[in-house]
Amino acid sequence: MKRRAFVLSLPLLGVAWGCADSRNHAHAVYMLVDTSGTYAEEIGKAQQIVNYLLGTLQPGDSLAVARVKSRSFSEKDIVAKATFDSRPSQANTQKRAFKQQVEAFTTTARGSVYTDITGGLIQGAMFLNETGAGRKTILIFSDMQEELDKATMRDFPIDLKDIRVVAVNVVKLKTDNVDPRRYMGRLEDWQKRVVNAGAREWRVINDIEHLDAMLKS
Amino acid sequence: MADSPLWVIWPGNAALSALVWFLIAMPFLYAARKPVHELLRAVGHLAGGPLRQGSRWLLAAAHDMRERNKAVLLAHGREDAEQQIAREFERVATLVKRDLEGYPALQRRLLDEVTKVEEDYKKCGEVPPPPPDWIEAVGAISKVKSNGNELVVRVLEEINRSIKTIHDKTLAEYRRAYESRHKILDGFMPFWRSLDKTLTQADRKMTSLADRAASIDSQMERFEQIVKKTDRAEHMLTVSALTQFFVASLVLAIATGGALINFKLIALPMSEMVGAGDYLTASLRTSEVAALVIIFVEAAMGLFLMETLRITHLFPKIHGLPERMRVRMMWIAFVLLVALAGIEAALALMRDMLISDKQALLQSLAAAQAAAVQDGWLTRIPTIGQMLLGFILPFALAFVAIPLESWVTSARTVGGAALVMLVRALAVVLRVTGTIVRQLARVLVTLYDILIVVPLLVERLVKNGRGEGAGSAVVKPARVNLGVGERS
Repeated sequence: MKRRAFVLSLPLLGVAWGCADSRNHAHAVYMLVDTSGTYAEEIGKAQQIVNYLLGTLQPGDSLAVARVKSRSFSEKDIVAKATFDSRPSQANTQKRAFKQQVEAFTTTARGSVYTDITGGLIQGAMFLNETGAGRKTILIFSDMQEELDKATMRDFPIDLKDIRVVAVNVVKLKTDNVDPRRYMGRLEDWQKRVVNAGAREWRVINDIEHLDAMLKS
Repeated sequence: MADSPLWVIWPGNAALSALVWFLIAMPFLYAARKPVHELLRAVGHLAGGPLRQGSRWLLAAAHDMRERNKAVLLAHGREDAEQQIAREFERVATLVKRDLEGYPALQRRLLDEVTKVEEDYKKCGEVPPPPPDWIEAVGAISKVKSNGNELVVRVLEEINRSIKTIHDKTLAEYRRAYESRHKILDGFMPFWRSLDKTLTQADRKMTSLADRAASIDSQMERFEQIVKKTDRAEHMLTVSALTQFFVASLVLAIATGGALINFKLIALPMSEMVGAGDYLTASLRTSEVAALVIIFVEAAMGLFLMETLRITHLFPKIHGLPERMRVRMMWIAFVLLVALAGIEAALALMRDMLISDKQALLQSLAAAQAAAVQDGWLTRIPTIGQMLLGFILPFALAFVAIPLESWVTSARTVGGAALVMLVRALAVVLRVTGTIVRQLARVLVTLYDILIVVPLLVERLVKNGRGEGAGSAVVKPARVNLGVGERS
């Protein structure tokens, strides 16, 4: 009798196990920080955004901060990265260490001659896909003015499938002030490129306050 | 012109076109009168008949359900009344055992006290010895005239002195005797008091017994009503079930609030144990489910505890367990409940620590100057409060078993009554709809005749003309339904 009850309960256990949501609910964020030219002066704001992300991301989420320099397609450009522990206490400890790493970076960051945003995007997409997170976001803290040296090849299609790309604090250049169409055109070009790369969404957020709603969505 | 529909004969005058079409159609409508009438009536029957049948079936079903509900209600009521009467008899038995088993001793004590009082009373009745008999002789001598005789005077004086001495002695003796009687009477008081107290006690116990007897009488009357299956008993039980249902629902709602607070207390620290990143559904974390499971296990343990304490009767198997096993089970449930309460208290403490840690992290991330934290006892009050709450709530939840039992038993009655009402309401709706459909068919038949009123009038005139021509032939007017429904 007991044996039969046990055998009958097995399918129920299977159903209960199958009910578990197999999707990954973790959120992975890869933040590219432009350190080229005059934009390096904005690095304090980047620090604020990283702090904000540390306060917002939950245990189990991933965060990486990488710099954008002349050639950014390299793991060496990742300043700090962490997949936070699922235990809240451990996650808090990791976040404190992460903050210290980013602080150290902001005090020692040097400006670069060229700006390789595309290389950073490719590197970011690789990192995010490796995490296996359910939601993947690349934050580009830059003026979105890409400048490459002659030897660097970036004019090929890239893959940003299922990744949301958000340009943050896209400041206007002096030339943009002369002709605003250049600024608009630059953003449109990036949007076209990102969408063509299969990105889930392209957004421009200049006010950090709006970042909260975007990250929750 | 090109936009006009096909049926419009005169473009721009649709009404006239419609009238012409109607006039053309009228002979055909007249010709089809009988079949159309039959069709309308048949449609009315077709739609109305099943609705009425359905209504009848629902009413019969409602009657059956009511009878079944009544049977269940009376059975529950009977069982409940039996239990209550049995409980009353147990109480009476306890009273009798406790109070009346002391009655032989009480009676003996009362008899002793009465005997003592009687003895004392007899003692009170003992009069002091009467004055000596020679007093009469002395009285006779005192009447002797002395006439100055010295001897007689001396004798009389001597007698007087002796009598005074004797008088004083006798008086003192009388006083002593009365004093001793008063003392005896004084000694009566404690006995009287004791007697009064004993009798008051006996009276109180007898009154209590009489009250219980009155209660049993009332319960027996109720039981008789239930056994006779009277409407009064059914009404009484239904009202009682309704009250129980609402009261139990209210208490369960309060308990749900308590459970939610409990959940809030342990959901966050549970993520420290099972992780915060796992989800069971799109929005339900494993840690939250684990917290819910703990709360449900606590409620289940409370249920078993109440069951083994024989406060609730939800599981007949537990009541059928041997006494030793039942007591063991009770202790197991209690120990598990205490353990879970301890775990909850620890989780509440961990929650407080986690929140503090998170707050400190956020402050450091905001680069704001952290407020000086006072490490006094005041700051520990919320922590201690949370821990106490975490420890107490499981025990509070354990008592949910009592309203739950009331809710479950009364929900059957209330739900059954509501279902009967619903089925009856549905039956009424079906019946009204069926009647409306049948009446509508009649109205349509009449409307049809109104539409073809001209041919019908012509028919009547023709028939009247034939009737007059036939002379004695009986003229039967055509049946024209102008607002008068035909009986089917």
